[in-house]
Order: sequence, then structure tokens, then C-alpha cells
Amino acid sequence: MKYLDEYRDPELARRLLSRIEEIAPGDRVIRLMEICGTHTVAIFRSGLRHLLPSTIRLISGPGCPVCVTANEDIDRAIWLAKQPGVIVTTFGDLVRVPGSTSSLNVERSNGADVRIVYATIDALQIARATPDRQVVFVGIGFETTAPTVAAAVKQAAAEGLVNFSVLPVHKLLPPAMGALLEEGNLQLNGFLCPGHVSTVIGASAYEDVVNRYGISCVVAGFEPLDLLHGIYLLVECVVKGTPQVLNQYRRAVSRDGNAAARRLMDEVFEPADSTWRGLGPIPLSGLRFRNSWRRFDAGERFSMPVIQVREDPACRCGDVLRGLMEPPQCTLFRKVCNPQNPKGPCMVSGEGTCGAYYRYHTESL
Amino acid sequence: MKQRTVQLDQGSGGRATHELVKGLFVEAFRNEFLLEMNDSALVQLNGGRIAMSTDSYVVDPVIFPGGNIGSLAVHGTVNDLAMRGARPLYLTAGFILEEGLSLETLEQVVRAMGEAARESGVLIVAGDTKVVPRGKADKLFINTAGVGVVPPGIHVAGQNARPGDAVLINGTIGDHGMAVLCKREGLAFENEIRSDSAPLHDLVRQMLEVCPRIHVLRDPTRGGVATTLNEIAQQSSVGIRLLEEALPIGEDVAGACELLGLDPLYVANEGKLLACVPADEAEELLQVMRRHPLGAKSRRIGEVTVEEPGRVFLKTRIGGHRLVDMLRGEQLPRIC
Ligand code: SF4
Repeated sequence: MKYLDEYRDPELARRLLSRIEEIAPGDRVIRLMEICGTHTVAIFRSGLRHLLPSTIRLISGPGCPVCVTANEDIDRAIWLAKQPGVIVTTFGDLVRVPGSTSSLNVERSNGADVRIVYATIDALQIARATPDRQVVFVGIGFETTAPTVAAAVKQAAAEGLVNFSVLPVHKLLPPAMGALLEEGNLQLNGFLCPGHVSTVIGASAYEDVVNRYGISCVVAGFEPLDLLHGIYLLVECVVKGTPQVLNQYRRAVSRDGNAAARRLMDEVFEPADSTWRGLGPIPLSGLRFRNSWRRFDAGERFSMPVIQVREDPACRCGDVLRGLMEPPQCTLFRKVCNPQNPKGPCMVSGEGTCGAYYRYHTESL
Repeated sequence: MKQRTVQLDQGSGGRATHELVKGLFVEAFRNEFLLEMNDSALVQLNGGRIAMSTDSYVVDPVIFPGGNIGSLAVHGTVNDLAMRGARPLYLTAGFILEEGLSLETLEQVVRAMGEAARESGVLIVAGDTKVVPRGKADKLFINTAGVGVVPPGIHVAGQNARPGDAVLINGTIGDHGMAVLCKREGLAFENEIRSDSAPLHDLVRQMLEVCPRIHVLRDPTRGGVATTLNEIAQQSSVGIRLLEEALPIGEDVAGACELLGLDPLYVANEGKLLACVPADEAEELLQVMRRHPLGAKSRRIGEVTVEEPGRVFLKTRIGGHRLVDMLRGEQLPRIC
């Protein structure tokens, strides 16, 4: 763990902070969005927001996979869990997200077989161990997790596992960044881009955003010094007026990313339109099975009816995800909505913006 | 969406447990002792004060580096008594065994229990054994209850923290939870992480000898240091400020937590105590604690404040501030 301590050094942090202060303009506000939920949490955990000059505003974005999963997809997972003989497997937080009328967690305590797994491979193992049951993996996540799901599907095919399928709810980040900017009311000056996703898609994946919208993208790691360095680079780009892609996280992210992982993903999936909570449908921002793999699509395997989706009008997750509102501005925040009784996914998820505010933020600090 | 069944996180020791206990048990059993929500209750008996406590153990795996469910069941209840300043005297033990449990395992557990009791100077004076059919329990569950006497002049309780108090801990945090988790998940690190499970009453006795005015003692078991400090903050209506750089965390525990995305502040301990003590006595106490075998790495980790009553916050290494909430969700089920 020694190696991480050097990214947490208080003295270096102080120096970076004073350099940010030096270059930050006094007369206008710079608005930077950290897209990724892991960044949001890391920023809160280090208490960094309070240390930045007041002209630098950090806005949390739509980068928590659980949060952006649309209600209809949650409902579909719940429908699957209610089918006789079906085991639904997925990552932790998703089970607690309220859908239209229920959650996987509630269905589990009512007798549905819902299991939390740590990796797609664990779901495969469950399928092997229970050949008489249908095992569905609810595949959420960005470009980081999609290749592992593709690998699991290929493995299932190789083993002839006929009781394994995936409900693909994967999302692609760069199209969502474009959609946010298209909306036009955020007035962003830069994106702090996620370290994990970028290991797969590479820093070059953001060039399109820079070229089309003239906004800087800096890929950053998750330690306090990574974040401060990333913010420094972004502020510098904004002040100098030189929009570009910069990679602060060289120790993990390359320009071109992980080609093998992307090939795997491309082999099994193809880009498709996808609905994001808050952002609505975004062209080519999700993944669906290619024809030759469609037999692994849980949506095809079970003839799912059209589910009547009901959104909770009081929950403002959509606005939070678009960076238009901070959670304390939601009238339900803390009073009615809390991690024990979450009204929306942004409160459920360990990486959700509302959850991060709830756990780490207090106005008086 | 009304919840109609018990969910796992209601046993986590965190906020959900808290709400279940407060909303259901305390309501139904309503009495002044329970309302205090302390580790053990103090009752008057023949003019003396008796501390009483009970705890059930469902840890999986039953044997882990640094102990097993048997020694844990003794230490846990001994510590609950010690946290009121009591001298633990007698324990009872109830066993729920699953059909098919290996007798060798049972023997190992019970022997460890006997040893732990001898070491802690308590007698296990009554017990009960039930066997349930295979699959109706997981290997074995143990319940222990205990009583101890509280010497006159000692008033240690969760509601006694005062602004200005120093917050002390007797060593590294997160050891027990990570030892159990690593064993369960088959994770190996350079050095095996061992549970810190240990009886704390002797350390407490020595602490109270030099500082009978200790305000609060609590053992941060399930839910970890963060949850226990939140409980103290609420019971005493004070704020608590922690210093991130002062938190003692073993290198392997820090590494394992990093890898698994866990926060050591929420990981269970079974041989640690948190103390809120008058600031002017903190140094002397720390010296006493450090001389005790269970306190060599004792540290001052924070202070009790007037601001933010009911809440815990943390000054981060880089100088920022943030809240430290109670445990939420089921971070680590069946850790004790
Ligand atoms: S605080 Fe709760 S209700 Fe409000 S936006 Fe966040 S998740 Fe939705």
C-alpha cells in the first residue's frame, strides 16, 4: 500500500492547491464536471470541495451505472426475478434500487432468488451449479464491465451452458457526455474523466468531445493528489483557452486503452440506443447482443411483456444526474429520502451523488 | 414500497439495525434500562450495581485466524460488560447446532470457549443446547449472556461524552472484520490478517484506576468505529471530530480494504475500545494503555465537540472535512 501513500501526501496536496489558487480566475466561475461516481465519492471522502477556490465549481455527473439504469430496466429485472425457476444475479447496489412498484431486494425477501455477485464469472458458476434453473445476469456498468460480461457469455457458449443469459443494460460514457452538452444549460468548462472506464476506451476516446464542443477532458485517477492534479490541468486548459484531452492517470490509462477488451466487447455486443435515467434515450449509448449471440439475451429468452413504467415524480434524480441540481435542493433529501429508505437510485448507490452528499456532506463544514 | 420481511442489513449493526431495535424491540419491551441503548444494562441488586448483557454469534467461517466463534462469544460478552466499567463474573452459553456439524469442530470451539473464559476470569455457569435439522441453521450459532459488578464511583455510559473530551482507541482498527472476510473469501495477503478478538476488562480496570472519570467506553464491533462513534454522538448529543491521519490502521488491513473497496472505519473490531475522557487526563491514560499488552498502539484519534451534535466528522489528510455516517447496507454480513 506504500505506493498509494505518495498520492495522499498532505504537503504535496497543499502545494497543488496553492497552484490551483494562483491560476484560478478571480472574476468568473469555472464549472467542471466529474462524470464518474467513483470520482464523486473520492472527492467527498477527501473533503476536497471545501479546499478549492470559490470560483471553481465541481458538478457531479451521470457516471454511476446503478443510477443511470432506467426504471424500465429495473422493472424488467424484477419481472425476471418473479419468474418461476429463475435466479437473478447482479452487482450489489442494484438490488436496492426502487423500480416502479418494487425492488429486487423486496422481491428477494418475498421469496425470489436474487443473488449478489462480485463478478460475472460468479453468475456463470451459479449456472453450472444449478443446471435445472435459469440464471440471468443483469449486466449494468460502463465500458469497464461490458468486456467481462462478453467474456462470460463466450465462456458459457464454449461450455454449452444453456441456462445462462444476460439482461444487457450496459452504457457507453462518451455519448452521454455529448448528450449533456447538447442540452446546453450546464455551461460546463471541462470534464474530469473516469480512470476506470478510460483504461478500456483510452484517453483518445474523448477527442471527439473536445473537437465537437471545444471542452477539455482530463483523465484522472482516484487519489486526492490525482484529483487535485486533474483539476489543476483542467483549470489551466480553461484559462489558457486550449481545449484538449490530457491524461493525468498515465500509470493506468494509455492513449488507446485496452484493445483486447474492446475487441471482446465488439465481438459479442454492438452499440444500440439506450435510455438513461434523467437523460432519456441517447443514440448509440448502450450495448445489445449481436445477432449471433442473441440467444444469450434474457430479453429474448423469456417473452417479457411490456411493463407499465411509473416514475416517482418527487424524486429529482434525473436533474441530479444531469448536474442541474445538487441533492440538498431536493425537498426529499435527508427528510424522506435516505440510504435506508431511498426514493431514487442516486441515494441507493455507493457511488450515487445523493448518497455521497448524504454520507459525507454537511453544509456547516 | 413497504417492507414486509426482515432484510439482511437489519443485522448489520448499522443504521438499519438501529432502527429495527429502536422501532420494535425497545418499543415492545419499553423500560428505562433498554432506552439507554448501552452495551449492557446497569441494574440495582441488593444495593450493588450489576451489569447485564447478551449477544449472539453467527460468524461464518466459525474458525478464523486469531480465534473462533467460541472464543469470540466469550470475549464479546465480557467486553460488553467491561464497557460499563463492570468486572465480568458469570456467563451463560446457548448453542444452536446444525445436524451434521463435525464433532471435531464443536470440540475445538467449546475448548476455545473454556480457555477464553478462564483467561477472562469468568465462569460459564449455565447453558443450553439445541440441534436443528440440516439446513435449518448454518453449522453453529452461540448466544452468551453475562453479568458483572460495577465498582462504586464508576459512571461509564454512552450518554456521558462531554465537549472537549479526547477520543482514544487502544490500537489498530478493522482487524477482526478483515480477518474473517479474508478467510471467508480465500484472500491471502503477505501476512495473515488476524482477528483482534480479546477480553478488554483488564485494560479497562487499569484505565479506570488512573482515571475513574472516564466518560464513555464502547467497543466498536459490528458497524465499526464509525457506527459506534455515531451512536455516542447521538446518545450524548455532541459532535465528534476525527483526525484521519491519527487513525491507526494496519498496513495489511488497509491494503485489503483498498482492494475490496471497504472503509476500515466500518469494519468490525472485537478487541478494541473507544474511550471519551477528559482531555487533561488523556495523556496519562494513553501511557497506561500503551503499557498494557492490549493497548500498545493506543492513540488519541479525535475530540468531542459542541458543533454538529449527533454527528461524526473527519478532518482528512489533505485538510478537508467530511461527515462520517453510520454503517448503511450490509457491508459484511455474519462477521460476528
Ligand atoms: S435525494 Fe432522493 S428523492 Fe431526491 S433526487 Fe436524490 S434520490 Fe431522488
